[in-house]
Amino acid sequence: MGLMSPAGQRTGSPRGVSFMKIIVPIKQVPEAVEVRIKEAADTLNTDGVPRIINPFDLFAVEAAIQLKEEKGGEVIIMTMGPPQANDAILKALAMGGDRAIHLTDPAFEGADSWSTAVVLAEQIRKMEYDLIICGRQSMDWDLGQVGAELAELLDLPQITGVRHLEIAGDGKHVITHRVTEDGYEVVKAKMPILLTATKGLNEPRLPNIMGIMKAKKKPLETIDAATLGLDATQIGREGALSKIVRVFPPEKRKGGIKLEDVEPKEAAKQLVEFLAKKGAI
Amino acid sequence: MSEHKGVWVYCETDESRLRRVALELDTKARDLADKLSEEVVAVLIGNDIERHAEGLIYQGADKVLVVDDEVFTNYTTDAYSKAMASLIEERKPSIFLLGATTNGRDLAPRVAAKLKLGLTADCTGLELNDKKHLVQTRPAFSGKVMVELVSPETRPQMTTVRPNVFKPAEPDNSRTGDIEHVKIQIGPDDIRTEVLERVKEAVEGMISVDEAEIVVCSGRGIKEPENLKLPEELAKLLDAAVGGSRPIVDLGWLPPTQQVGQSGRTILPNLYFALGISGAIQHLAGCAGADTFVAINKDPDAPIFENADFGIVGDLFEVLPEIIAEIKRVQSER
Repeated sequence: MGLMSPAGQRTGSPRGVSFMKIIVPIKQVPEAVEVRIKEAADTLNTDGVPRIINPFDLFAVEAAIQLKEEKGGEVIIMTMGPPQANDAILKALAMGGDRAIHLTDPAFEGADSWSTAVVLAEQIRKMEYDLIICGRQSMDWDLGQVGAELAELLDLPQITGVRHLEIAGDGKHVITHRVTEDGYEVVKAKMPILLTATKGLNEPRLPNIMGIMKAKKKPLETIDAATLGLDATQIGREGALSKIVRVFPPEKRKGGIKLEDVEPKEAAKQLVEFLAKKGAI
Repeated sequence: MSEHKGVWVYCETDESRLRRVALELDTKARDLADKLSEEVVAVLIGNDIERHAEGLIYQGADKVLVVDDEVFTNYTTDAYSKAMASLIEERKPSIFLLGATTNGRDLAPRVAAKLKLGLTADCTGLELNDKKHLVQTRPAFSGKVMVELVSPETRPQMTTVRPNVFKPAEPDNSRTGDIEHVKIQIGPDDIRTEVLERVKEAVEGMISVDEAEIVVCSGRGIKEPENLKLPEELAKLLDAAVGGSRPIVDLGWLPPTQQVGQSGRTILPNLYFALGISGAIQHLAGCAGADTFVAINKDPDAPIFENADFGIVGDLFEVLPEIIAEIKRVQSER
């Protein structure tokens, strides 16, 4: 298990302020409220569940579009996912992305964060860019690992949890506010760089009719594992380093005492007695 | 893989102060290491942090690796991940635990990718299975499901662990162990990000929801920012933190540091008060682990009651003053 060799052939380079190339990897996720566990399986039943762009990724898409509008440039939407992820791509293009790359192959299924990052990195190595902006984490698995793993595979610096982003006057650096436990830190770094976007960065726009019409005509490349030159052992379930053993329902809290139509004073007395007995206060 | 030995804990410091999660993980690591007959190794990286080493031994570590240098004053992904990866490569632990803090979750995937390791984030449970593999349990899909994961083929088995899950043991001052200083060369070109400034937004004197044993959390039902005085009074009586649900933080009534829920903080207090909170799944994802859960809401059908050990259906502004008065009365009798 040796070190992964850093990407020697990285083509990203600071291109200056006039024209920015921004890659935004996004993920289509099932709406959490609708998810059910498949009986006796290591997978979740998400069939028929409505799918949306991961909310953190919308901050990334919006940030990229705003930068393009301000500085000029190109926003490239990228996703690894099944054919239906095309809906997510179209929405991001309708918001204002310029073109898209859909990495899709049955062999990509069952990927963990590592084997996802491997696929994204393989494609991105062939591209030119100044910035990569990801969402901080996906709303389904909440791991928040792909961004940093991708940055490492591409040998890029990273700033995670960005809620403010500007390009420095020299056009070569980003200045960001990175969320911390008790506030934020101001972090500066030279492009190319990978950022992960979090809440507060912006208010993602809703696509308008014009945008939706245009989206269908924007360039969309579909790329499979063979085209990328990755073999089955590196990708999807087989390439995953972290394996799911079991999926099970959380221990449900049992509703306990519920007082209805009880005088406030009496209710308060019973509550405090309950808490004191439990040693909670 | 059998050459990999030792349960490692990354003991995060923040401005030279040790984070509490380090003690929690040290305790859990001791438990795992005893079952594996391996050593617990605590890793301290920072500037002026050696003084924490002894306490980590009292907490269960057999050895403390101290990487103390000015270059580590501010957390930077590049410097810390380089240091961490080189220690792991050289010494080959079998398990490596980090706190699922902002920096822990930035550092862990970077190190994992450098060494091509499986990684799980934000675990709430850690056990060994019959093959002595580390089974990492965590919630997914906003807490709707729990998932168990293993990294069967890569060592160390690496995971970030949610703060406030494991309780730190009482320190044992009679424990002894080794403290080893390690020098790691970080050149100026190794660090590609620059921290220009650190800004604290937490209001002076406000207790953080992450570390408080009792949290008093308000939702939309509080109606006006002035009304927060009431939960604040309750919080003061109980040394509790004041929290808010997403809507009231979005309105700016409380700083983002106090937000409880999926897009805010996940907390595991001993006692949680949900005041005027309906109980959306995104909110519950952040607080359902509380030992004791109290809900007050006008709506008898609010989902929050399904989670509450003690629920009161009623007007917050009538019930809360009575609770405050009753607690004062009980406290004065003690």
